[in-house]
Amino acid sequence: MRDDLQLISDWIPHNATLLDLGCGDGTLLAHLKTHKQTAGYGLEINQDNLAACFEKGVNVLEQDLDGGLGNFQDHRFDYVVMTQALQAVLRPDQILNEMVRVGREAIITFPNFGHWKVRAYLGLKGRMPVSSALPYEWYNTPNIHLCTVQDFETHCRKHGIRILERQVINRNHRTSVLSKWWPNLFGEIAIYRVTV
Amino acid sequence: MSQQNPDVLPHAAAGSVGLIEPQVHHFDTPLELECGRTLPTYDLVYETYGTLNSDASNAVLICHALSGHHHAAGYHRPDDKRPGWWDTCIGPGKVIDTDRFFVVSLNNLGGCHGSTGPASINPETGQPWGPDFPMMTVKDWVNSQARLADVLGIQRWAAVIGGSMGGMQALQWSIDYPERLSHAVVIAAAPKLSAQNIAFNEVARQSILTDPNFHGGRYYLHDTYPRQGLILARMVGHITYLSDDAMRMKFGRDLRAGRFHFGFDVEFQVESYLRHQGEVFSRNFDANTYLLMTKALDYFDPAREFDHSLEQALAKPSCNFLVMSFTSDWRFAPERSREIVNGLVHAGRNVSYAEIDTPKGHDAFLLDIPEYTKLFGAYMHRVANEVENSANETENRATNVEASTDA
Repeated sequence: MRDDLQLISDWIPHNATLLDLGCGDGTLLAHLKTHKQTAGYGLEINQDNLAACFEKGVNVLEQDLDGGLGNFQDHRFDYVVMTQALQAVLRPDQILNEMVRVGREAIITFPNFGHWKVRAYLGLKGRMPVSSALPYEWYNTPNIHLCTVQDFETHCRKHGIRILERQVINRNHRTSVLSKWWPNLFGEIAIYRVTV
Repeated sequence: MSQQNPDVLPHAAAGSVGLIEPQVHHFDTPLELECGRTLPTYDLVYETYGTLNSDASNAVLICHALSGHHHAAGYHRPDDKRPGWWDTCIGPGKVIDTDRFFVVSLNNLGGCHGSTGPASINPETGQPWGPDFPMMTVKDWVNSQARLADVLGIQRWAAVIGGSMGGMQALQWSIDYPERLSHAVVIAAAPKLSAQNIAFNEVARQSILTDPNFHGGRYYLHDTYPRQGLILARMVGHITYLSDDAMRMKFGRDLRAGRFHFGFDVEFQVESYLRHQGEVFSRNFDANTYLLMTKALDYFDPAREFDHSLEQALAKPSCNFLVMSFTSDWRFAPERSREIVNGLVHAGRNVSYAEIDTPKGHDAFLLDIPEYTKLFGAYMHRVANEVENSANETENRATNVEASTDA
């Protein structure tokens, strides 16, 4: 399992209920179901991923995140998780609001556009950054709303979203002293636990 | 359904369950019906495909739609032109894999393909039941299906599966017999009919009821049947089974003779098609059954008993659900399936949902659409794996017990 998923699963207690937005092939949900007896659903639109979830026995609903989460009641879940999808939705601010409405807490991961390599790529090469965390070209990228650690935290502060926990990791999914002190410069992937 | 060897008869081809002999079971225990009446005795005709395993845990029930019946897969005779109505999905190696599942498909009560229905003889009068046949509901069908399960020694279905009205039966199963199924597969269905759905059914019924050959439903005694009414009923029904796009692609505005005749005979291909569908249907379907089945559809509303809360109705089911819909289906549109899904999510049930992108309309559930086949297949694969894993576990336990007894 991806290390960021491992980190997230460490945050989730036994018997929690969760909603995984853009759940992919259901790896996280299946892992949590087996090891922490969680219950919940994934939302996904990719057919191959849906089929993989079906095979795994993970609950998955075909639903486009850009349509919102209006079909879920307030605080229906203990956790609403969204890994590496915030930057790909039409309105990250709206989905964030929905996440903290539907879940008691929300867990979000995104690629940090403030990482020094990204800055260097744009600053020195003068071209849109391409890296292992951001493998697309400017014209075909699904990542239409990239942000930095600082952008995200500023947004949360402004909109009354409380940050309960933060982890920033590098491309090898490790935390380092540098990324601990200067997350916006040395973190490649940011992981947050937030609530309202 | 790729290349088939022309020398091999279809029933002998790979992927076919082959030649099938329907079976009939006679029930002597009276069945109490939702309408308050009782059916003293009745027959159910059914087919089975595949082999029931030793602990009877691999059984799957297929519930049919409005004009369906027990003949879901395979062929009755070597020279049959067409296989059963869901042969695309049922067979060795297919989505509902008869190498792994024991599949049961029956004709519902009130039907006209061998199970007791309005055309059957009422033992009290010695005449066909006709309009005196009691009104059936989805609940009644599920009760009768549960009795068939008893007869077959099936305590718990691995899955109850159906499309359209069949999906409604699967849903009703989960509510009425929660302990008797592991999975419910509800395809292209709705939690209840809309006013528009009922309106279409009413047009179909009126066309039959007002046919001069209907004779108050006792047409059997006059050696006739409301042919024209049935044709019209089927024509209007058929329009709702196809999408606007499907009709455009299939017929467009094509003319049979290539020019206008300025008359009311068949001119457009779509007219010809609808008339043909109606004709064929009218020869093979009983008008009283059609009336009864459409009423059963209209009455279906499991939430009604639960203060009109679908969430409460779905509080009892413990099985896993797969709900599927088709984007161009306007008879039971994806929104209707999502109502079911939302009810299940609110009730905290295990449910997965897929929306198949296709222009084929409501009838898509009967077709071999790659995306549909893939997703439905993936789900059924999981169901089969669960059955086989639990069978292995039971076997292992048994072996362990034997081993410890030996010691």
